[in-house]
Amino acid sequence: MTDAIQSAHDTTIVVAKRSKLRKLADNKTLWRGIASIILFILFWEVSSQSKVWFGIQVPFIGKVPPPSAVLENWVEVVQRPGYWQSWYLSFMRVFFGFIVAMIVGIPFGMALAVNRYFRDIFFPPFEVLRPIPPLAWVPASIIFWPTTELSIAFVTFLGAFFTIVINVLGGARTIDVQYLRAAQSMGASQWDLFRRIILPGTLPSIFTGAAVGMGITWEVVVAAEMISGGGQQSGGGLGFFIWSSYMGGSLAQVVVGMISIGIAGYFSSSMIRYIGYLFMPWRRIF
Amino acid sequence: MAVKKKKTSRQKASPAVRERGTISIRNVTKIYDPEGVNVMAVDNCSLEIEAGEVCMIVGPSGCGKTTLLNVIAGFHSLTSGEIYLDDELLCGPDKPLANQGADRMVVFQNGALFPWKSLLDNVAYGPMVQGILSKSDARDKARDMLAEAGMIDVADKFPGEVSSGMARRAEIVRALINDPKVLLLDEPYRAMDALTKSIMHEALLAMYDRTKVTIFFITHDLEEAIFLGDRVVVMTTRPARTKKIVSVKIPRPRDYKLLSSEQFRLLVEETKDAVHEEAIKAFEAGERELA
Repeated sequence: MTDAIQSAHDTTIVVAKRSKLRKLADNKTLWRGIASIILFILFWEVSSQSKVWFGIQVPFIGKVPPPSAVLENWVEVVQRPGYWQSWYLSFMRVFFGFIVAMIVGIPFGMALAVNRYFRDIFFPPFEVLRPIPPLAWVPASIIFWPTTELSIAFVTFLGAFFTIVINVLGGARTIDVQYLRAAQSMGASQWDLFRRIILPGTLPSIFTGAAVGMGITWEVVVAAEMISGGGQQSGGGLGFFIWSSYMGGSLAQVVVGMISIGIAGYFSSSMIRYIGYLFMPWRRIF
Repeated sequence: MAVKKKKTSRQKASPAVRERGTISIRNVTKIYDPEGVNVMAVDNCSLEIEAGEVCMIVGPSGCGKTTLLNVIAGFHSLTSGEIYLDDELLCGPDKPLANQGADRMVVFQNGALFPWKSLLDNVAYGPMVQGILSKSDARDKARDMLAEAGMIDVADKFPGEVSSGMARRAEIVRALINDPKVLLLDEPYRAMDALTKSIMHEALLAMYDRTKVTIFFITHDLEEAIFLGDRVVVMTTRPARTKKIVSVKIPRPRDYKLLSSEQFRLLVEETKDAVHEEAIKAFEAGERELA
């Protein structure tokens, strides 16, 4: 199986490389995307520079510092090691929580899906805990865990965990019964059924859960950093970066922090999409 | 080439005259009991299928044909009666659910190739999980069998990349690699247009001429049934019973000229009334259920 995936993968790469530049130049979606971002930045710049258009106060955006001010601030901020330290800390927290959530959540969701007794016992408490927003866990988490770092990691873990479990469970339970029947009549053992049918059949749902879960961990980590004060380390994370900029009264720096999180989140979900692409060669045709 | 060499060894494995694959269905009844409402799907149905026979089951939609197939395959239990495969009890009063096994391979209505495996790996799946062949031997054999079926060019594609006709043919190859006694086909060409269907029929007949495997084929297309089958069994609408059995004494190999022959026309005529009668009954029953 791996060989087939590899060879299919290799051909895809060769084809992709040959026409990549041409495709990029022809890609209307890409150009439209770039144009729309430039237009948006222009609109933002003009509206925040001249706050009144035709005698009407521009709402919201008129109060935001213009992109030029943000950029100016950014240029200054990137020279401070604390900013990069914040990137590093937030990334570490997100990935730690996320990876633990994957490691615990995938087997847990699978067990819920394939074993009735397990489901009967663990699903009800799981469903009671699931609706509790991760941020509601923050005070309890600070009491439970000895360090702030662990509290933040725990809350990020919760953010991803429930989403991943629900997706794995849903995915594994909705595998077409004909695949299971076909495999069984061809002599698959329970283990084969799990490894070669249920697991690959659930992969798309696992990656959907991971992508959504990753988004939630970023939401959660930022809020947790704001609440907890970002821990004792210098920098304190991107959430804390925004909070302290706000406290310091630098609105431009708040926007720098926000955009940084946007970029970080985009990186993270691109990474998951790419891993999904590697793991599921049969989905590349869509 | 490797293909040729393999062919001789396959012929040894599946001789032209089969001594295996006899199905004996004796007084089988199946009653579903959802929420206490009894629905009789199959009523006291008996049918003897010879080894190497192509037995076509024709009946209106929802008449209980698929139930019968599911009982043989071991997906559903039966309520009473017995089914034997080569004089061995599959299921009966003391064992209502037959074991699932590679001696009875099912090709499903909507297709059940694993979308995450290439056609080659789909075909190699059976011998590999049963531990009969190593992974690489299974893949070698799968490649030979796909080549034999004229599908070597698409062997490394995923099911989502090929046409539904191609996928269905690969699925039949996936069934055959297990050297089953019986092939159970549940309206495999249902959603296909007439042209694709005719190509499917030719491929299936070519496959049958090679292997002479017993075929239990469910359809509601009467012409398909007569064109492919040795016998056409017309079932009543639910609960399913055998209404009429027509022997198709047309020599093999058959080809498409047959469809315009007088013999074929007479056979269609002979069967059509029985099928139509049941279709009307099924339709009216459906109307009552909805009203």
